[in-house]
Amino acid sequence: MNNPDRSAVVLAESRNATRKMLAEFWFYFSQNRGAVAGLFVFIVLVIVALAAPLVAPHDPDVQYRDFFLTPPVWQEGGNSMFLLGTDAVGRDMLSRLIFGARFSLFIGLVVVGIALTGGIVIGVVAGYFRGWVDTVIMRVMDVILAFPSLLLALVLVAVLGPGLMNAMIAIAIVLQPHFVRLTRAAVLTERTRDYVVAARLAGAGNTRLMFKTILPNCLAPLIVQGTLSFSNAILDAAALGFLGMGAQPPTPEWGTMLAEAREFILRAWWVVTFPGLAILITVLAINLVGDGLRDALDPKLKRS
Amino acid sequence: MIIRRTMKIALMGVSLAMFAASAASAKTLVYCSEGSPEGFDSALYTSGTTFDAASKPVYNRLVEFKRGTTEVVPGLAESWEVSEDGLEYTFNLRKGVKFHSVDGFAPTRDFNADDVIYSFGRQLDENHAWNSYTPGASWEYFNGMSMPDLIKEIVKVDDHTVKFVLTRPEAPMLANLAMDFASVMSAEYADQLEADGKMEMMNQVPVGTGPFQFVGYQKDAVIRYQAFADYWDGKQPIDNLIFAITTDASVRLQKLKAGECHVAPYPAPADVSDIKADANLNLMEQEGLNVGYMAYNTQVAPFDNVKVRKALNMAINKQAILDAVFQGAGQAAKNPIPPTMWSYNKAVEDDAFDPEAAKKMLEEAGVTDLKMKIWAMPVQRPYNPNARRMAEVIQADFAKVGVEVEIVSYEWGEYLKRSKEKDREGAVLLGWTGDNGDPDNFLAVLLGCDGVGGSNRAQWCHQPFEDLIQKAKTISDKDERTKLYEEAQVVFKEQAPWATIAHSVVFMPMSTKVSGYVMDPLGGHRFDGVDIAE
Amino acid sequence: MFRFLIGRLALLVPTFLGVTIVAFGFIRLLPGDPVLLLAGERGITEERYNQLMEQFGFSRPIWEQYFDYLVGLLQGDLGISIVTKKPVVTEFFTLFPATAELALCAIILAVAIGIPAGILAAVKRGSFFDQTIMGTALIGYSMPIFWWGLLLIILFSGILQWTPVSGRISLMFYFPQPTGFMLIDSLLSGQKGAFTSAVRHLILPAIVLATIPLAVIARQTRSAMLEVLGEDYVRTARAKGLTPFRVVGMHALRNALIPVITTIGLQVGVLLAGAILTETIFSWPGIGKWMVDSIARRDYPVVQGGLLMIAAIVMVVNLTVDLLYGLVNPRIRHN
Repeated sequence: MNNPDRSAVVLAESRNATRKMLAEFWFYFSQNRGAVAGLFVFIVLVIVALAAPLVAPHDPDVQYRDFFLTPPVWQEGGNSMFLLGTDAVGRDMLSRLIFGARFSLFIGLVVVGIALTGGIVIGVVAGYFRGWVDTVIMRVMDVILAFPSLLLALVLVAVLGPGLMNAMIAIAIVLQPHFVRLTRAAVLTERTRDYVVAARLAGAGNTRLMFKTILPNCLAPLIVQGTLSFSNAILDAAALGFLGMGAQPPTPEWGTMLAEAREFILRAWWVVTFPGLAILITVLAINLVGDGLRDALDPKLKRS
Repeated sequence: MIIRRTMKIALMGVSLAMFAASAASAKTLVYCSEGSPEGFDSALYTSGTTFDAASKPVYNRLVEFKRGTTEVVPGLAESWEVSEDGLEYTFNLRKGVKFHSVDGFAPTRDFNADDVIYSFGRQLDENHAWNSYTPGASWEYFNGMSMPDLIKEIVKVDDHTVKFVLTRPEAPMLANLAMDFASVMSAEYADQLEADGKMEMMNQVPVGTGPFQFVGYQKDAVIRYQAFADYWDGKQPIDNLIFAITTDASVRLQKLKAGECHVAPYPAPADVSDIKADANLNLMEQEGLNVGYMAYNTQVAPFDNVKVRKALNMAINKQAILDAVFQGAGQAAKNPIPPTMWSYNKAVEDDAFDPEAAKKMLEEAGVTDLKMKIWAMPVQRPYNPNARRMAEVIQADFAKVGVEVEIVSYEWGEYLKRSKEKDREGAVLLGWTGDNGDPDNFLAVLLGCDGVGGSNRAQWCHQPFEDLIQKAKTISDKDERTKLYEEAQVVFKEQAPWATIAHSVVFMPMSTKVSGYVMDPLGGHRFDGVDIAE
Repeated sequence: MFRFLIGRLALLVPTFLGVTIVAFGFIRLLPGDPVLLLAGERGITEERYNQLMEQFGFSRPIWEQYFDYLVGLLQGDLGISIVTKKPVVTEFFTLFPATAELALCAIILAVAIGIPAGILAAVKRGSFFDQTIMGTALIGYSMPIFWWGLLLIILFSGILQWTPVSGRISLMFYFPQPTGFMLIDSLLSGQKGAFTSAVRHLILPAIVLATIPLAVIARQTRSAMLEVLGEDYVRTARAKGLTPFRVVGMHALRNALIPVITTIGLQVGVLLAGAILTETIFSWPGIGKWMVDSIARRDYPVVQGGLLMIAAIVMVVNLTVDLLYGLVNPRIRHN
């Protein structure tokens, strides 16, 4: 503090280092063509979702009473008003899919947000304090992990009541033990390192030590796990929707759309095919990005 | 190890040999049923799926519904007399009726009065050894139809005569005795099971006098029956009857098309036109004995005003609902009872769909900027295949007359409970399926004063209406009752406590090989009298 | 080894207690009243309602209910289903073989295809083959299997009519089922065509359920192989002039398979979760469908018992995998 010149230099240096790290990261990431393609698709999805009201040709909830189950435009009986056809009450499929992108990305974001924050806090606490706190926390996590995730989410939603918000909470609860375990493991290896000991000797408080000193050093696996959870959250939410426990109609959530479309499986292939395809493409794009992230962030794989 | 033991027990009860012997050149009919039976003792349950699998094939009642009608005909009772005051019903029992033999039980005597006494006694008397023979046993239908209050006693006059003594005259009594909970079980079988300490088998391996005898059940998969050779009304044309449990409608249809089953109920409305076009399939249809309605809360303003209710009824585009929700598998309802029921008043005229007039009427009633809730059931029912979708259509219709609708829903049990509350906000989508074909079963239960705060979701107690239905209940002359019920329907229409929405049309797709199938107006599925071509 | 086993078992006890609390607690928290649900539109009198609540034991203090529940549990009693009025344990074991058969076939399928595919991809790293395999695996990994199942039904059962639509075996066949596994029982029955029929019924659900484990195993095998192939002893073996087949087969594979075994063990949870969706789509009479139906019907004791049994299975399998891992990898034991 007493030497402003020096601290400015340090700051500039660290900024430089960060930039270098990012450049290196991008170098490795961009070598993975799949990851770049995934990122591109993902960005397009985000743009579509954000601009949904502008992009979508129709209001997703408006029922065109003269156009029940109109096939896509290229098929006989199609109508150029509805590029991908309409559903059982005459709502435009394309517009519903576009608005559905909003829900899926929102679900991913919220779930990962909750699971990540909760997981990090609990994991750091467990790893840092050790002792009975650690034991209790880890046993609770074991209990959560003993149930198949979808089953636990299903029962949780039954408890909380069906709906999008509750589905997201349930999935977040089911996913967060992974973050807890990762964080705790990382904290355990880091806490005996020299820089932590040094910081402690310099009088850094518990909170500061935990979150400012240790945490940034175990971010890489968390980021990878976060991407993975993002796609898992979308899949699980869709599965819950499919089982009637997720978003409730008329919300254009893709899984819910699939559940509503099931009865038309033989008669109107488009109402079944497109929502599933949308889920697959989104999840695939995110997983491609996740693979790229892992390769770029994991030095061990880089070498081999 | 536990696995093996349980499996063994489950399978030992199955009489394999009998089935295999008759398998050669036998006529087998496969029915793709929509769900698993809860058990095989019908009186314990209330669902039609269970009745189809238990009481209909395996058991008989004292009186039966004639196939395809709600008319009561002799069953195990050849004839009966009702006393002048309507309090005593004396049944003369059929002689020479045989019970089925199953693995571990061979009947030594024919059906007699003891079997009737046992079948009702266990439901009536709380101290009966069989009153709670299986954990959680409860006689829901028997209680639901107020039998414990109604039946004073059941007397065995002699081996072939029993007498039911009632506490009050009850016109629908005979029809009640044709219902599934009144199935007659074997008292001898019960005694043997009790002696062996295996009472729970009563609910797993049924023994009755019915047209088909039980062979085996693999949970959630298959139930097998074979025609009972000694059936009192003659052996059935088919030899084996198989229920292939298939919960998904589209899967049922695929199986039907692939020839994996011959009869498959409850097609998805979307598939009906496809079935009609298929030359190998035959599609029977019948109006269901049900009504789907929207009940206003007539005790809460502004819905206490007849004019408001009438206006809203006029704003509903029923045709759009029939198209979008029922996909053609329904017909618009104007009365609270279905057209297949006797005393249905054809002369009643439905409210015309006229948003303009509706808007004007609302203004006249001084109602502007009305905001209301519509309750949408969370489950699919025969009278309403998709309540949510129905609510959405009504929401759009009401928006056109300036009424803003919020759609609410609760978990099903909660929905049923909360919708009963007298100060409930909003209009409730619900419906009813008839039990015994008697109009009293609709009008008194759903619209009578006793039902306020209960099954009367409109909370509607209107004295002129109440007088009519109460009077109709106590007299036994059908023509007289018909007149009273017809009048009651006119009163109902004027007062409009509900928006009557639709009666569903029940479709029954089957292979063209199947002959002799008759649709049951009460919604059951019966295979007596059905034949199949090779 | 023995101490390692005891230590692991000791860890299981608190976890299992936690599982019972969760299973028990959730069910008490479930909104909706099973008695009202049973009554349906017909409704129920207050008197009768209280009587039934009493009968099902819902009206007593919660800790008493939990205690009874634990005592029952120790005696192998999971309660009585409200809907069917039969013991939950009996229902579970009646339906479990169907799920076990499906899950076993799925995992065999996943291992039989996933491991060779992963090995080949690793050996031919960077080739077109590698990229195709890994691309396919990633698609499989990203697949919403409920939709995938519907697509397969449309194609194979609907359009091509190659496979039956649902069920476990053609209704033509009827025989005793001593094992509950349709494939085995159909062979034992000696009836002509029974086994083929069982296979035809099993194939689509097994493929759907195998999809995600297959993708995970292929990916895991590939990366484990890549790691091992880079190790010194493999390089040495190569340098000694051993054939690639021997290098891969004898040296690399054995070491690479250790993490793969763990991965396979971890798929049990995935399989059981997948079974919920697969069984729902194919009307497969197993515990996944049973759970979904029971949740919808608010059949408290079934949901509770099913949760518990499924968690117990996952825990036992995980323990077995742990022990196996300890067996092949002695370093773990002393940790």
